[in-house]
Amino acid sequence: MRGVNDLGKRTVIPFGPQHPILPEPVHLDLVIEDEKVIEAIPSIGFIHRGLEKLAEVREYPEMVYVIERICGICSFGHGLGYVTAVEGLMGVEVPERADYLRTMWHEMSRIHSHMLWLGLTADSFGFESLFMHTWKVRERIMNMFDLTTGGRVIHSVCKVGGVRKDVGGEMLERIASEVRDIRKETKELTKVFLNDTSVKNRLCGVGILSEDDARDLCAVGPVARASGINQDLRLNGMCKYGELGFEPVTGKSGDCYARCKVRILELGQSLDMVEKITSVLPDGPVEVPVKGPLPTGEFMMRLEQPRGEAFYYVKGNGTKHLERMRVRTPTNMNLPSMVRMLQGCDLADVPVIILTIDPCISCTER
Amino acid sequence: MGNFKISGLILRSLFRRPATSGYPAVPKEWGERTRGRIEIDAPECILCGTCARKCPTEALVVSKAEATWEIDRMRCVQCGHCVEICPKKCLRMAKEYTAPGYEGRTDLIEIPVAKKKTSDDGI
Ligand code: SF4
Ligand code: SF4
Repeated sequence: MRGVNDLGKRTVIPFGPQHPILPEPVHLDLVIEDEKVIEAIPSIGFIHRGLEKLAEVREYPEMVYVIERICGICSFGHGLGYVTAVEGLMGVEVPERADYLRTMWHEMSRIHSHMLWLGLTADSFGFESLFMHTWKVRERIMNMFDLTTGGRVIHSVCKVGGVRKDVGGEMLERIASEVRDIRKETKELTKVFLNDTSVKNRLCGVGILSEDDARDLCAVGPVARASGINQDLRLNGMCKYGELGFEPVTGKSGDCYARCKVRILELGQSLDMVEKITSVLPDGPVEVPVKGPLPTGEFMMRLEQPRGEAFYYVKGNGTKHLERMRVRTPTNMNLPSMVRMLQGCDLADVPVIILTIDPCISCTER
Repeated sequence: MGNFKISGLILRSLFRRPATSGYPAVPKEWGERTRGRIEIDAPECILCGTCARKCPTEALVVSKAEATWEIDRMRCVQCGHCVEICPKKCLRMAKEYTAPGYEGRTDLIEIPVAKKKTSDDGI
């Protein structure tokens, strides 16, 4: 039994919402005993923007620009999820070329998201030069976005019925050659992330999430896959993944190192997919005209974003406005897992563990 | 396993050109599709107000009575939707961004309608 003296050793340390390591505002009350975290109590709600409500006053074609701004990293994925849901509601069939282009951009955004994450993680364990080298490579993919969509962060290319911009032969060649360069540079970074002793010391055996816990807590995306759950919505027939011969990457140990490894391996996979698309892209139109009000009814779709499964729900009522729109983002699902990972870890590992779920609080709060 | 796995990368970076460019001494090259800012070809505009009604951020105000087209540069998010839907195709996306400043910037453009009316009415 605990005595009064033992209880006295417990301290509650507030962590966030402003913290040098946190890219986004989440607040945690860390109950600490002897430098070990006993419990972590999260609270969010600092940046709720009410974007879902806007669907009631913006017409559905314009709403896509709002949805894209749910997140600055998975901006393309959110646009894609929304337009696919609206297309499902309206029964619109998208041309094949548009579907391939969407897949390509979606994979490019996975590359930049994972690279951003790798850099931030290196930064969180104090490996500044690795952080900068990772972001240097990431810059190339951002430039490819600027080249093909006209925007580095917010792309505004998805529209209901297809895509707004076509990518021609010359651009495709440039993308393919960039992808080859990025692959070379990524190989070197992979060596550091997976083999360097100082990286391993900070990641191996830290923040373990067992497979059972991952299932019980409904973990999604790389967090679930790193714990051994073979779950990836890209296998569910979305976009053109079926034609690209894609197999999800899974880990076993469920620690920070496994989550890092899953993301690094996915990076290589995404590069391969982008390169493949540049060679198999079929000719044809990139959009079909979509006019008129939304039909009455509802539609739900799920999508694999860089951070995991996202969920979109739309409900039409016969006007040009949605009656209800709902987005559930991957971080929302991964927060309970993060709390579990934090239990029993060292205080010094808290930033690294929080980062390994790749938290996006702006997404979560919308 | 091993230490200093990054040393090769660092050494190479030491002898390479910097990855960043010396902006503003070295001017930024704009991509061919870069969405910088909205510009209007005023004589073509018919003040229909479609762009203002459909702008997702309400950055545009079109006044038929005063014959003005106004854009709040800080509100505009360069989505390009107005360019797409303008019936006269008189809006375009320029590559250069609006220069940063200490205050918000609104550009008020007067639309020359009087002349058009005269000729249309045949007066
Ligand atoms: S810019 Fe185009 S859409 Fe806007 S008022 Fe003028 S003609 Fe209409
Ligand atoms: S580019 Fe988009 S945000 Fe800017 S004025 Fe046009 S419609 Fe509005």
